[in-house]
Amino acid sequence: MADPLVYLDHAATTPMRPEAVEAMLPFLSERFANPSGSHRFARSVRQVVDECRDVVADALGCTPGEIVFTGCGTESDNAAIAGTQQRQGGIGVCPAVEHHAVLHATLHGGGRIVAVDNAARVDLVALAATLDNIAAAGGTVSIVSVMAVNNEVGSITSLPDVAAVVRRHAPTARVLTDAVQAPCWIDLRTLTPHVDLLALSAHKFGGPKGVGLLMARQGTVLEPLLQGGGQERDRRSGTHNVAGIVAMTEALRLTDMERVADNLRIETLRNHLVDSVLAELDDVIETVARDAKVVGSAHICIAGIESESLLFLLDEANVCASAASACASGAMEPSHVLAAMGVDRRHSLGALRMTLGSTTTEDDIDRAIDVVVGAVQRLRAPRPGHAAATTQSGAST
Amino acid sequence: MKVMIAMSGGVDSSVAAALLVEQGHEVVGVTMRLWGGESDTGCCSVSDVDDARRVAQQLGIDHLVFNFTEDFNTHVVDPYVQAHADGITPNPCIECNRHVKFARLSERATLLGFDAVATGHHARTTRSERGIELERGADRDKDQSYVVHMIDQEELRRTLFPVGSMTKPEVRAHAARLGLRTATKPDSQDVCFITSTGGRTTFLGHRIPFREGRVVDGTGSTVGTVPAVEMITLGQRRGIGLPGGGPKQFVVDIDVTTATVTVGAESELFVAGHVVHAMTWVHDAATAAAFPTVLVQCSAHGTPQPATITIGPGADADTEGRTVLVRWTDPQRRIAPGQSVVIYDPSDRFVLGGGIAGAPLS
Repeated sequence: MADPLVYLDHAATTPMRPEAVEAMLPFLSERFANPSGSHRFARSVRQVVDECRDVVADALGCTPGEIVFTGCGTESDNAAIAGTQQRQGGIGVCPAVEHHAVLHATLHGGGRIVAVDNAARVDLVALAATLDNIAAAGGTVSIVSVMAVNNEVGSITSLPDVAAVVRRHAPTARVLTDAVQAPCWIDLRTLTPHVDLLALSAHKFGGPKGVGLLMARQGTVLEPLLQGGGQERDRRSGTHNVAGIVAMTEALRLTDMERVADNLRIETLRNHLVDSVLAELDDVIETVARDAKVVGSAHICIAGIESESLLFLLDEANVCASAASACASGAMEPSHVLAAMGVDRRHSLGALRMTLGSTTTEDDIDRAIDVVVGAVQRLRAPRPGHAAATTQSGAST
Repeated sequence: MKVMIAMSGGVDSSVAAALLVEQGHEVVGVTMRLWGGESDTGCCSVSDVDDARRVAQQLGIDHLVFNFTEDFNTHVVDPYVQAHADGITPNPCIECNRHVKFARLSERATLLGFDAVATGHHARTTRSERGIELERGADRDKDQSYVVHMIDQEELRRTLFPVGSMTKPEVRAHAARLGLRTATKPDSQDVCFITSTGGRTTFLGHRIPFREGRVVDGTGSTVGTVPAVEMITLGQRRGIGLPGGGPKQFVVDIDVTTATVTVGAESELFVAGHVVHAMTWVHDAATAAAFPTVLVQCSAHGTPQPATITIGPGADADTEGRTVLVRWTDPQRRIAPGQSVVIYDPSDRFVLGGGIAGAPLS
């Protein structure tokens, strides 16, 4: 009776790859040993963690020693930002559209925020000026954090360009990229060489929640967030989440292997979705041009409606999408990304983020088109005798 | 019916949701996020949202959070701050009901295909030959008809108050029977955006410049000072910087333009009546004007007093019925400007209308 679930919220989390689930199960049951132990039972698990590190390092294009397994993407970002700052002094710098894991960590350390262009990419001139200004005022910059792919609107930032600006204007600063949204769409080997630190989260590419990693280039020494048993070569204390690490590794290996084929297929689906919605509805903008973003992202802004109402109707039709990031209470927050991009209020109030993934099918897209178009038409329909209809977009001035 | 229930995370709206489910309605719970700032008293904290969500889960209904912080700031918080700067004492809970709960939320519910919006207020909607009545809640001590007085016929048609016919102990007993986690949760007492630790002074002090006020007596002689004239309310007796002893002195006038607070005897506070602005009517002005005398209530739990009402200023009828003159049967204490004045029928059961207190009548 209920419609089948159409899941278009892959930027929030992805379904786990069945192979990843399969791979982790032994480590939740018979192979439960602590890899830091001294017996052969432990050593055999230790070997698995070491093998995982090799596979992950290969997918990133770095050495195994540069991989630190962590608890999540947020931890990786915080470990990089706070860890660098505590070790080197100085402050952090990041663009206004970063994920809150970077934005709040940077601000918490007294950092500076840099403007972005209308595609949510850091303004390189503004970045250079900010770095110069900090230096001119006698300050130092410990870390510059620039996300590889924006989690809301999907735009891709050119890390070589960012790194070049940082090397010239703040030579001692480390460069972090929050690449949490990148693995499904971009070969990580093309990102790693340009940065000192790179953060990933397993559940964004078919792995489980509660495990992530930080690539820390050799020579990038961090003050650890956690004091304890000194695991991960003193960079991240705490017993290894072996099952999580194994599943993350399997998910990353498969993602890396299938990326090219998946991207071709998903790009076609995404284009069909957005083209159809744009053809059916007036006054809808594609928030970021397709050549500036990843192929899984379909972010649009619909004038004359409110995201919360649209999401309610999508939810009723069993279509999962989102608008911006949710706050702790579960309420939708106005998007800091759209605000920084300068999207006008009439459109930003009706933001809709649909994000595709490896499990998205043609049927999903066809139904999403029907549901989105129908819901928007319903919300825009004039309602005689009801003041709400004419003032929806301007209801709160 | 498809009903949207506003769930604050308190026991009343929890039980209201439960009753709607028991009555067989299709129910969706919504918690409004209203205040984005610091709070430790009201209905906007994450822990209250947690309570509302958990109750909804226990009842097997969907639960959503709507972010109305912008509307709340625009229609409730900003006017509240501005009013204090102007020497006016508004009731923010009433403005929230007027602009957010029974406007913004109700409009959205209609847009999304709901037949009705329910809340946990202690008030009743009943039918009479006049149409739909807004009646006091069955529990006279907990009655909240005063704070929802602005609901008109169109809005009443899609409004449900499921706990309005119950007493508070009955509500709590029902919650306990169902094992709801809110069964013993204390009632919220205070304005949700003002912390119990910081209070009104801290909240307003961060938003408007306070000016020291001169306290004068009836002859115009200065008898003291107050640190912030914006914080003084008509009828106030404490905290006006006067030495103890002597006859009791009350604030009988506040002039924020000259930062002057006039004190005098309590008898000086008594007036013959009031102009009341921005009237809204449950039915219409004529229905209310047809009663030879009415009962008028000037605070959430104040005692209603008999009065006569005249529509419109002076002899000319104000066709909109937006202004009324209230004349007390016996002189009453002056109402602080900005307070809500609610008119009930002579039986003290039905709300006829309400507005905002203006100038006194002598």
